[in-house]
Amino acid sequence: MSATPAQKPTLLSIRNIAKTFGRNVVLRDVSLEIAQGEFLTILGESGSGKTTLLRIIAGFETATSGEVWMGAERLDQQPPYRRRVNTVFQNYALFPHLTVEQNVAYGLRVAKRPNAEIEQRVAEALDKVKMSAHARKKPSKISGGQQQRVALARALVNRPNLLLLDEPLSALDANLRRQMQVELKSLQREVGIAFVFVTHDQEEAMVMSDRIALLRSGELEQVATPREIYSRPATAYVAQFIGHTNLLRSEVRDGIARCGALSWRTSTTDGPTLFSLRPEHLRPSSVASNGLVRLKGKVLQQVFHGPTSLVRVECADGLVLVMRTSSGGLTAQEVELEFSPADAIPVRESPERS
Amino acid sequence: MFSRAYKTAVTVPPLAWVAVFLLFPYALMFCYSFWSVTPAQTILHSWSLDNYKELFQKSVYWQTLLRSMWIAARVMLFSLLLGYPLAYFLSFYAGKRKDLLYQMVIIPLWVSYLVRAYAWKTILGSDGVLNTLLQYVHLTRHPLDFLLYSPFAVVLTLTHIYTPFTILPIYASLEHIPRNLVEASHDLGATPAQTFRKVIFPLSIPGVVAGATFAFVLSLGDFLAPLLLGGPSGIMISNIVVSLFGAAYNWPLGAAISLGMLVIVVSLLFFSERQEKKWSFS
Amino acid sequence: MILADSKQRRTAPRAAWLLLHASAVFAFLYLPIAVLILYSFNGQGVGGFPPHHLTLDWYRILFADAAIWDAVLNSLQVALAAMVISLALGIPAALALDRVQFPGKALFRRLVLLPLILPGIITGLSLLMLFNLTSVKLSLLTITLGHGTALISVAATEVFAGLQKLDRAQEEASLDLGANYWQTFWRITVPNLKLPIIGAALLIFTLSMDEIAVSFFLIGRDNTLPLEIWGRLRRGITPEINAVSTIIFLFSLLTIVFWYHLRLRSQGAPDVAMELLEPSNGK
Repeated sequence: MSATPAQKPTLLSIRNIAKTFGRNVVLRDVSLEIAQGEFLTILGESGSGKTTLLRIIAGFETATSGEVWMGAERLDQQPPYRRRVNTVFQNYALFPHLTVEQNVAYGLRVAKRPNAEIEQRVAEALDKVKMSAHARKKPSKISGGQQQRVALARALVNRPNLLLLDEPLSALDANLRRQMQVELKSLQREVGIAFVFVTHDQEEAMVMSDRIALLRSGELEQVATPREIYSRPATAYVAQFIGHTNLLRSEVRDGIARCGALSWRTSTTDGPTLFSLRPEHLRPSSVASNGLVRLKGKVLQQVFHGPTSLVRVECADGLVLVMRTSSGGLTAQEVELEFSPADAIPVRESPERS
Repeated sequence: MFSRAYKTAVTVPPLAWVAVFLLFPYALMFCYSFWSVTPAQTILHSWSLDNYKELFQKSVYWQTLLRSMWIAARVMLFSLLLGYPLAYFLSFYAGKRKDLLYQMVIIPLWVSYLVRAYAWKTILGSDGVLNTLLQYVHLTRHPLDFLLYSPFAVVLTLTHIYTPFTILPIYASLEHIPRNLVEASHDLGATPAQTFRKVIFPLSIPGVVAGATFAFVLSLGDFLAPLLLGGPSGIMISNIVVSLFGAAYNWPLGAAISLGMLVIVVSLLFFSERQEKKWSFS
Repeated sequence: MILADSKQRRTAPRAAWLLLHASAVFAFLYLPIAVLILYSFNGQGVGGFPPHHLTLDWYRILFADAAIWDAVLNSLQVALAAMVISLALGIPAALALDRVQFPGKALFRRLVLLPLILPGIITGLSLLMLFNLTSVKLSLLTITLGHGTALISVAATEVFAGLQKLDRAQEEASLDLGANYWQTFWRITVPNLKLPIIGAALLIFTLSMDEIAVSFFLIGRDNTLPLEIWGRLRRGITPEINAVSTIIFLFSLLTIVFWYHLRLRSQGAPDVAMELLEPSNGK
């Protein structure tokens, strides 16, 4: 587990949270520290427990065991309406009988803030999400993307310590989604509040987060910055979930890793080891090749992805590797490839969990 | 997609039947209300507004109508007071038993109206269950008179009959409220009580309007309960109509009152539909 | 349920009050029926507390009562016939409302619904005038026509709701595969509407068996069960009536249990009572 970035103090401390629904174990033993002002993404497939974890923080579920602390206070013993935490719901949950303005003002009205203050803060919030022109409309009259902004404003206007976002972009189409990702990120920087963002989309997580917490079957696989999680995946699952990778099942003896016909130097301990090799680290071989691992192969299939192409290559003894090239792809059928041993990252196995 | 033959086959029979057996009879009643009756008990097809004039002038009709409306209003009020919390409990608190409890609300609806009205008669009479029970436990020494053959009995019985009618639309409305709205309200700092006031109740208003309308309109036109339990002080407008078609033989006048009731009911329905639409936000 | 899950202890007082209220209302709804059943076994007849001397005498008397059985038979005939009429007209009406644009559609919709919410006597009286005008003698037939007409909207509403849930593509597929409209109707549409139709049939049957207001004016020589009971009530209360009421209640209970099981067997079946009483937003 990666610790909180050293310079930022901890805002929320999740300690050994477990949650079972009947016989279904949804969260096993999750511990996580969230720093003030950071953008943390909880990433996972459906069923990984990410939404449940979020709802425990928000207060809509109670954990079966474990604690959640905010500063010196135990958060999980308080009802949702007393927590200084606000949520942006997946389907926005805007109140259909209230206008945009009234929706945003809701939390402030409930807290009985003076009218003048409410007006000013609501106007400010709407301005920040660029929805000022629609203040008097009812939610049924604005588009999905606009509803999402209103939901955001409604949560942020209360100046919570922490903002939770439950897959808020999943209902938007691809282009709008990309746009909102950028806007959300800059909004978070501007506002300075910690965001905990839940998604199943790994690209989205990479784009927006200061740190990613990857959840699988109720347990955290790895918590790290996007760069770190990409270049130094801790387990096979992480390596495969984020980006593409080749998993080389190898045997290490006396500092040499052997996978089929390939072998290279490694500093890992002896024994069976799984190595992750990213497609972009496989290149057509050049003349100079100090310490690089060489292999010959036959091109099976090329898939065009725009700026790059992914090429499936079959090597000796049936091993199939994926490499990434420029969009032109490879012209030859038979190729010779190389990679640097330093790019083969040893990863832990990811055993099946019920 | 559907051929003309299909469309005709599907439209004409119901339309024809409804025209003959609903539209025409109502129109007939409309006409009757302008005719009059001779002492020899034959109907004169002479057109005049006499019946309506009589309705406006004779106080017995006005008083009975007002009493009927007053009874209907009380039934509506009590049905709502009894029904709303139950519907709310069912929708938000019943959990696994929700379906079963819902069925239990519906069962009385399927039980004969007559049976239920009669049951109250046996309970409220001076020799009835309630009176003898009260005397048995020495809470009273003589039978309480007002229990039966009074507006009280009518209101009580009609409330009993129509409360399920009120519960169902309110329940439907409450069920339609997405639960994430409740969560959102809590998330924004509102307590459950505030959430009820600001989110749940406003969104349940269409159901409340529908339920209130049923209770009021159905009570207003009821003739069985007053006849069984109302006594002379509990006579309602429908009882007058019934007698005008029976012993008091004056079809045209009866028709005029019926038409008046029709107008009142249709206006109420129209008004309540407008309200339901106004308060419906989805 | 969010409230049932989080912080039960905090919401406990409210939940307790609501539970209390709910129990009280249920008691209010069921107590009279319970009293009725209890006293149908009471040797001393109706009234008097506490009940003594439990007996089945009233039931014995009831079963020997020929007039009641005649009335039951009459009611059954009327109910079954009314069911047929209402369905035969209500199903096409629902189809028409769902699929056809015709002049007067809005008026038709409201007209059809009117008998349900108008005081029954108005419908009964207007039909009386019709039969009077056309010199039709009052009989079980006129009662049947009255019930059938008044209850069309029950069939129409249920079937209409079922049509909303029907996948139009199924019918299109049937036509595409060569079936004509009539065949498609019987092979595809009706089977898919089985539950709404059965639900409507049960409700129509039950409402007809209990119907008084319309029947009151259209009755000829033969009594229906409610009117027979009514007649006796005018003459004074006899505990026999408790007995017959108890039996009626049992039948109603059986009907609804039967219906409940049908619904359970196929999830997503419409709730008959709910469909009729749903607030009309946007309809």
